[in-house]
Amino acid sequence: MSETHEGVHRHPAPTGFIRKYIFSIDHKVIGIQYIMLALAAVVVGMLMSLLMRLKLSWPDHKWAILAWLFPTGAPDGVMNPEFYLSLVTMHGTIMVFFVLTTAPQGGFGNYFLPIQIGAEDMAFPYLNMLSFWVTFVGFIAILLAIFVEGNHAIGEWFAALGPSFAGGSGTVGPIGGWTGYAPLSALGKIAGPGQGGGMNLWVISIAIFCVGSLLGALNFITTLLNMRTKGMTLMRMPLTCWAWFTTAVLALLSFPVLLGGGILLLLDRIAGTSFFIPGGLYVSGLLSGTNPNFPLHTGGSPILWQHLFWFFGHPEVYIAILPGMGATSHILATFARKPVFGYRAMVFAIFAIGLLGFFVWGHHMFISGMSPYSAIAFSVLTLSIGVPSAVKTFNWIGTLWGGRIRFTTAMLFAIGFVSLFVAGGITGLILGQSSLDLPMHDTYIVPAHFHLVMGVASIFGMFAATYFWFPKMFGRLMNEKIGRIHFWITFLGVYSIFVPMHVMGLQGMPRRYSQFTEYEFLQTLHPLVIFVSIAAIITIAVQFLFYFNVFWSMFKGEKAGDNPWEATTLEWNTATPPPHDNFAGVLPTVYHGPYEFAVPDAPRDYVMQTDVDVEVPSGNGHDGKH
Amino acid sequence: MATMVSTRPLTKTSPGGGPKIPGPNGNGSKRRGDFRDPESHANRYRIGMWVGLASVAMMFTSLSSAYIVRSASSNDWVSLPLPKVLLASTALILGSSVTIEMARRKLKTALSGPYAKWLFVTVLLGAGFVVAQVFAWRQLARQGIYLASNPHSSFFYLLTGAHAVHLFGGLLGLSFLWLRSHRKLTEPALIAKRKAATDAVSIYWHFMDALWIYLFLLLFLWR
Amino acid sequence: MGRVLAVIIWIVTLLSVLLFLVGKWWLPAAISDHAPALDRQFMITIIVVGISFTAAQIGLGWMVWKYRDTGKAGDRAIYSHGSNRLEVVWTVITAFVFIALGVMGQSVWASLRLHDAPPGSYTVEVVAQQFQWNFHYAGKDGKFGRSDPSLIDDGTLNFIGLDSSDAAAADDAVTAALAIPVNRPVELRLRSKDVIHNFWVPQLRFKQDLVPGMEIKVHFTANRVGKYELACAELCGQLHFKMKSYMLVLPEDELTALQAMPQEQFQARMGELLAKYPLPAN
Repeated sequence: MSETHEGVHRHPAPTGFIRKYIFSIDHKVIGIQYIMLALAAVVVGMLMSLLMRLKLSWPDHKWAILAWLFPTGAPDGVMNPEFYLSLVTMHGTIMVFFVLTTAPQGGFGNYFLPIQIGAEDMAFPYLNMLSFWVTFVGFIAILLAIFVEGNHAIGEWFAALGPSFAGGSGTVGPIGGWTGYAPLSALGKIAGPGQGGGMNLWVISIAIFCVGSLLGALNFITTLLNMRTKGMTLMRMPLTCWAWFTTAVLALLSFPVLLGGGILLLLDRIAGTSFFIPGGLYVSGLLSGTNPNFPLHTGGSPILWQHLFWFFGHPEVYIAILPGMGATSHILATFARKPVFGYRAMVFAIFAIGLLGFFVWGHHMFISGMSPYSAIAFSVLTLSIGVPSAVKTFNWIGTLWGGRIRFTTAMLFAIGFVSLFVAGGITGLILGQSSLDLPMHDTYIVPAHFHLVMGVASIFGMFAATYFWFPKMFGRLMNEKIGRIHFWITFLGVYSIFVPMHVMGLQGMPRRYSQFTEYEFLQTLHPLVIFVSIAAIITIAVQFLFYFNVFWSMFKGEKAGDNPWEATTLEWNTATPPPHDNFAGVLPTVYHGPYEFAVPDAPRDYVMQTDVDVEVPSGNGHDGKH
Repeated sequence: MATMVSTRPLTKTSPGGGPKIPGPNGNGSKRRGDFRDPESHANRYRIGMWVGLASVAMMFTSLSSAYIVRSASSNDWVSLPLPKVLLASTALILGSSVTIEMARRKLKTALSGPYAKWLFVTVLLGAGFVVAQVFAWRQLARQGIYLASNPHSSFFYLLTGAHAVHLFGGLLGLSFLWLRSHRKLTEPALIAKRKAATDAVSIYWHFMDALWIYLFLLLFLWR
Repeated sequence: MGRVLAVIIWIVTLLSVLLFLVGKWWLPAAISDHAPALDRQFMITIIVVGISFTAAQIGLGWMVWKYRDTGKAGDRAIYSHGSNRLEVVWTVITAFVFIALGVMGQSVWASLRLHDAPPGSYTVEVVAQQFQWNFHYAGKDGKFGRSDPSLIDDGTLNFIGLDSSDAAAADDAVTAALAIPVNRPVELRLRSKDVIHNFWVPQLRFKQDLVPGMEIKVHFTANRVGKYELACAELCGQLHFKMKSYMLVLPEDELTALQAMPQEQFQARMGELLAKYPLPAN
């Protein structure tokens, strides 16, 4: 039994399809909307990566379907280099922004933060709705970039907005990598295909996305500070909440810098300014200032773009992984039937990762031409950020120690997260050293590293969260058998895809090459390239099992009770799915920490945070003394 | 049954431990009794505003650092002469900070009346600021100095333009407060909300003022 | 399930480590003076990485095997919120190892980047563009002729805008391949005409961006004669994958002879030398 008390504001539940499912201010609906957006975006991103693998493995093969869909970008079915590079750019942009920065935070965070802290909704429900729809508009803008570059008619039509808006180069978006280094990204069409309207839309889409993220971050932070229920002190919050909070702070402070940089880049492109474009350039046969297609520029600094981008870009990767870390801690404790090992250390580690994350951006720029002294500082700081990550890994393993582990699919993915996070994170020790970056920069060891942490560990965190919280969200369990197949093939698949990339990088395979036919030193890598592609095809294919499981289980899955996993936190205390105001008008009071499993002498092997009649050892329980 | 013997006394509640964070949310907050009293709930507007301003500050920080780096990155920097009308806009915005502070304090004694009047004056002064900025831009354009003319002019238009956009948002907030000020309120929750909203808009407005002073100094004192 | 998971984790770990150990795909043999120190640092790092990776995966698998729920009724997990002492111990050890690695990893960097090229270095100016390399040699007088973007003329193959009215330019040569002396410090002055490129020869263990608007000076010493592929390592446009050239490391006498030649002969001789030297075997 739990003590409860009345909530403050009650507005009636919405009626009508539009207010309930489209323009809803309910954080649960908005959370699902973000997840749906991510599910759509990830399909686009995966298909793009599939095409990339096909080009790399069989560069001269004539793919009939591509000849039909992309006559300019893949004439005769052979992808041309600019087509490939636009895939690289859009794959990165869509995955990092519209998948990794939406689902973990905007999706699961939106849905569960208010419930886990015992609130009825976010602090600003209308702002929450606005932040989703702004993000959605950003997604439309990035999709538009595909068509503006990919379709001649649309590309011509866009030129009406201004000469730099013209597209139609036949690529599927701009070319610049997701990092969009200037001056390539700033010069416009004279710098080559994919530098036209699609690039403008890329900048605009990202700027819009920044605004959506900032609005969301504001909401998360305010909600967590102001709306925790009675008894929910900060040190009784689940680690998921700590992760979402820190992620929101990172977003709040890093996205504005990207927005500033993006505005400067857009002005360079459309208003003839010279923030990033130096003087005296000679591009495509034109000297700066001698031709209407290439106005005069002077004095801009390309490295400035890199500083602004990476000041955002590095915290961004922690934004992508922290929620997954929080979910993993949460799920490991739940299914090991044990408290999290070292809760306080985990909180400090999250802070340390967040804080240090702001001081290491220069490790992306060791050989950029920036001061070599700053490179030394960035390098040492980068290596030290490995420490809190290692601490978290030890604590995850410590959480499993002495447990009674139940291997649900959610748990499998959480354990997989730990394995993959170690695999990916540990190579940071190599790349973070400035000396070692000299040979390694811009080789395949870099995508090997970041895909394992961002593209795989982070996704495993989301899979774990999905299998875990699905019953609470939809009242039904996902199918465990299909879930297990999904886990095994994906786990083996991602190792198969990304571990070989490490040795490819050591041998020297450069990034962003559309094919490897030109260099002798790369020829012995061909078998690995094929192996990786086959693993990728299989892994991508099995994801459709996951989609099937999600959508089928929503309607036909086995019905779930309120607390099918015998978990302890507040969301498992309320109805399944939760009512509109989360707690049916009666907010819970919290008496215990979030991970009171295996409490000696307690009636069950778990004590819910609201269990008023159960006794738990005193002292704060997190003090690490027992 | 677990064989572990606990040497610690068992209690019904395990305090969450760690430093006691003062705040409106139960457990240790001496200031407020019940968890969801109107005061603490309305506090979210104040908290939200400070949080939001952190992000605005970061954006202007990034543009400032771009300004500083760009000024050092080559020798094509030509400093603009200060358009005199900017002294007028500075005076207007400083004045508007005073008037909004008056409005905020008057709200403590009466829920409308002087509060509404001072809000209105603030809106006028704020609008006056925007008009003065437009004058400054037009003056420069008449001299042939545009956005892409030289790096200093680029930053001038960009920084003052970005500031004006944010200030306009503040004007919208002020207008909203002023329009709402005519409603008579009796419910404590709504009164708390009006006070919190006014505080929040005031914080924003003062920030816009301070930001303007900072940009003014950056653009014309730091060359 | 726990045992299966543990075994799979261990197998995956073993295969991953083997892929590295088998050495079939690895860093190419190095030809620069700073390479031994760099390769040593790399070996130390990869050993730490390998041990940490393996230990963590073994630990993870072990926990998952040993502490799986075997269904014995009434069994509970160990009620432990952690151990402060353990936290301190493993934080300190990890910090020490990581930061030590980090500090050690600066020495090669410092030797290359914090000091200018030693006096007497052989200097070449490198001007990159979409999608070719231009190497500008100072010729017998050792002085680089003035160049200006406004003088660039693709028609006359004056890609770097060399000013023919400058006396120092008379004996200069500009070619698409790089020729440097063996066992003598080389200074490269890196420039770009349009976008960011990156000079990279894998055997050199060395890489640097060429940034438009900047002249970046770097130095290294090559210690093995031969011909090596040169690749661009920063996305510069659609033909980035094809922006290829060669670096020739020549015995001093061969290079001096080459240096003394005027542009037309320089070009031809370069072609001969490129044909003479094979690419390295590994």
